[in-house]
Amino acid sequence: MTTVLLVLVAIMATVVWWLLRQTFNVSPWIERRAIDDVPGDGAFFLPPVKVGLGVFLAVATSLFALLVSAYFMRMAGADWTTLAVPKELWLNTGALILSSVAMQWTRNAAKRGVIGQVRIGLTAGGVFTFCFLAGQLWVWQQFSASGYFVFSNPANAFFYLLTAVHGVHLLGGLWVWAKATAKVWRSTEVGPVHLSVELCTVYWHYLLLVWIALFALLLSTPPRQNNCTPDTVAICGPAR
Amino acid sequence: MSYVAHDESAFVRPPEIGEMELYHPKTFIGKYIWSQDAKVIGVQYSITAIAVGLVALVLSGIMRLQLGFPDTFSFINPSNYLQFVTMHGMIMVVYLLTALFLGGFGNYLIPLMIGARDMVFPYVNMISYWVYLFAVLLLMASFFVPGGSTGAGWTLYPPQAILDGTPGAHWGIILMLVSLAFFIIGFTMGGLNYVVTILQARTRGMTLMRMPLTIWGIFMATILALLAFPALFVSAIMMILDLLLGTSFFMPALVSKGQHLDYSGGSPVLFQHLFWFFGHPEVYIVALPAFGIVSDLIAVHARKNIFGYRMMVWAIVAIGGLSFIVWAHHMYVSGMNPYFGFFFATTTLIIAVPTALKVYNWVLTLWRGNIHLTVPMLFAIGFIFTFVNGGLTGLFLGNVTVDLPLSDTMFVVAHFHMVMAVSPILVIFGAIYHWYPKVTGRMLNDTLGKFHFWVTFLGTYAIYYPMHYLGFLGVPRRYYAVTGTDFIPESAHSLNAAMTIATLIVGAVQLVFIYNLVRSYFKGKPAGDNPWQATTLEWQTAHTPPTHGNFGPTLPAVYRWAYDYSVPGVEADFIPQNQPPAQKTARTEGKPS
Repeated sequence: MTTVLLVLVAIMATVVWWLLRQTFNVSPWIERRAIDDVPGDGAFFLPPVKVGLGVFLAVATSLFALLVSAYFMRMAGADWTTLAVPKELWLNTGALILSSVAMQWTRNAAKRGVIGQVRIGLTAGGVFTFCFLAGQLWVWQQFSASGYFVFSNPANAFFYLLTAVHGVHLLGGLWVWAKATAKVWRSTEVGPVHLSVELCTVYWHYLLLVWIALFALLLSTPPRQNNCTPDTVAICGPAR
Repeated sequence: MSYVAHDESAFVRPPEIGEMELYHPKTFIGKYIWSQDAKVIGVQYSITAIAVGLVALVLSGIMRLQLGFPDTFSFINPSNYLQFVTMHGMIMVVYLLTALFLGGFGNYLIPLMIGARDMVFPYVNMISYWVYLFAVLLLMASFFVPGGSTGAGWTLYPPQAILDGTPGAHWGIILMLVSLAFFIIGFTMGGLNYVVTILQARTRGMTLMRMPLTIWGIFMATILALLAFPALFVSAIMMILDLLLGTSFFMPALVSKGQHLDYSGGSPVLFQHLFWFFGHPEVYIVALPAFGIVSDLIAVHARKNIFGYRMMVWAIVAIGGLSFIVWAHHMYVSGMNPYFGFFFATTTLIIAVPTALKVYNWVLTLWRGNIHLTVPMLFAIGFIFTFVNGGLTGLFLGNVTVDLPLSDTMFVVAHFHMVMAVSPILVIFGAIYHWYPKVTGRMLNDTLGKFHFWVTFLGTYAIYYPMHYLGFLGVPRRYYAVTGTDFIPESAHSLNAAMTIATLIVGAVQLVFIYNLVRSYFKGKPAGDNPWQATTLEWQTAHTPPTHGNFGPTLPAVYRWAYDYSVPGVEADFIPQNQPPAQKTARTEGKPS
């Protein structure tokens, strides 16, 4: 659980630091100055939906950190056989990086107000994301064709689970992306989609970072074979 | 140079951010069913949570019938007894307390108390309720599926939870886990709203340190819930995969009926870590809103400013932070490195410090206050007694060496019911009596309310005080029957019977409460806008009940904290938060603009 604790410490430290800045050295019982005198009321100078995205990303971070913690704890089991990471995942990672780059390019274009580039960039970002997801499904299919089923080994189960949870988050992003894309192709100005583009970009960067962390976790897991023998069937269960 | 001002136009700068656009439905369904108004959503959450809580209350009555009068009721058998225990626990903790405090009170009070029109994402807020309702319906459906609801205990520990022999080991547990997953998804939607609304939608002048403690409690509890519920979500998904796809996240190698099951080396302790990583913050997810609400009830009904406001705020934050590093004190009996045991025992004792600070501050607020023994105040004082009692036994159980012999006894049941069931429920009742006039425009009947309080308060003590003693005797928890056990004396059985009678009385008096709610809605005394003469913004609305948008054409501006009661030199014994200063000395340069 160390991983999730570290993540939560970071999140809580941020919350406490921010709260300290708002509340330290304030004496509300004697403060009756006019509203004009109050140095801000502590709200972020951001649209609520951006703050909402930030809060959601904190929740998602907690979710992924918990999964990684569970991975580390389960890895100690005698029946663990480290998964050989397929090369195709590098290709998929490349697609996700390209989608993130495309989103950033779109964001920059939106800032400049160039609607044509926003259309192209947003579409490209989505297409690369679909490529990534298709690639993940392809890896799943290859795994199951080779006998690496979800139930065969805990390492396999974690691979399927981690990639599925990450993929579901991307699918959620694609829903927002689809709405923004439909809007941008109907619009002649960047204004109506500027915020959606910014949100998508932040979300894509976040999911790229998460994927890189998960991929690094898979790559860095020490190779190990199932230690189970006929004598340890009581611990390991029957051979599969 | 000085100037004198009597109206707020002299103090308030023009708003920098435009008003939020509200969706104004025109049909009954749009207003009251698919409503995007946080107040309506709060009422929807509350009614659903209370309804499902009544189901759980009935289940507890049936359990007590079995414990008090074993071998008397033929419809109770060991299997359905365990199902009742499980469903009672899970419904009460998650579907009643969490939903009512955050979904119910959170939705109703946050926008009103911080001076906002509504939640910042009203549509998502509406979806949040419907997902919650779906989760409740899924859970209720589990009573009717083959095998019935799960009987794994509210902690749902594997491997037992999904093994043949445990009641509801197939459909029952699947529905429970899926329902929990939906609950968490729905809560996350609502929780995002609560946090972002408090951060971004406070009216002008409502600085963080002018917020009522109710809002602080809900705010911190929501942050805890947003970060802790993913642990339950992860464990629910992984257990579903163990059950349906045959993975071995939690399921160890097992021999059942002479056959090796298709599981290998999974870790039940991993589940326990994940579950309690959610489970312990859950205690504070329920407790922190209760702390906040009770602070406000005490200040209003003692006509006195809250003692140590800043300390109260920081105690809430400290408790929230510490609640993430105490989870393994629920797992002492699972075995752990003694140093870890020492660590978790220490953190458990440390969390008592900010908690005790809050108790001292409540008592000091009451000290020499102009105490009005209204029904909300009675419940608030009842809470303080009960929480102290429950908290003190928590200090026993936080220590490894004391916990081990007591862990599987009724002592634990008594402890957590005092601290996590009776205490927050007393606050909920107090809060309902306090805010019902704002929600409906009518007062609840005072006599019925006092009757409800005294029977509930004394009745719950009649149930749970003796239960501590049973725990010391070694009476085990979770057991269907303990008859014929040598070390349990006959007097313990008599005590169990008395506790059951008390349970039935406490259960029955809740019907009086429901009757009061319904009767007062139609025939209650008109409440007026501010029957308690409170300072906070929800009592300063132009209409009671508040209309959609809460505050009429102009949002209020806030000039002071929420606790200006009995201010020396002021004739009225309260000053509303939005009342402008009558006189102010200031330099005129640049202000007022």
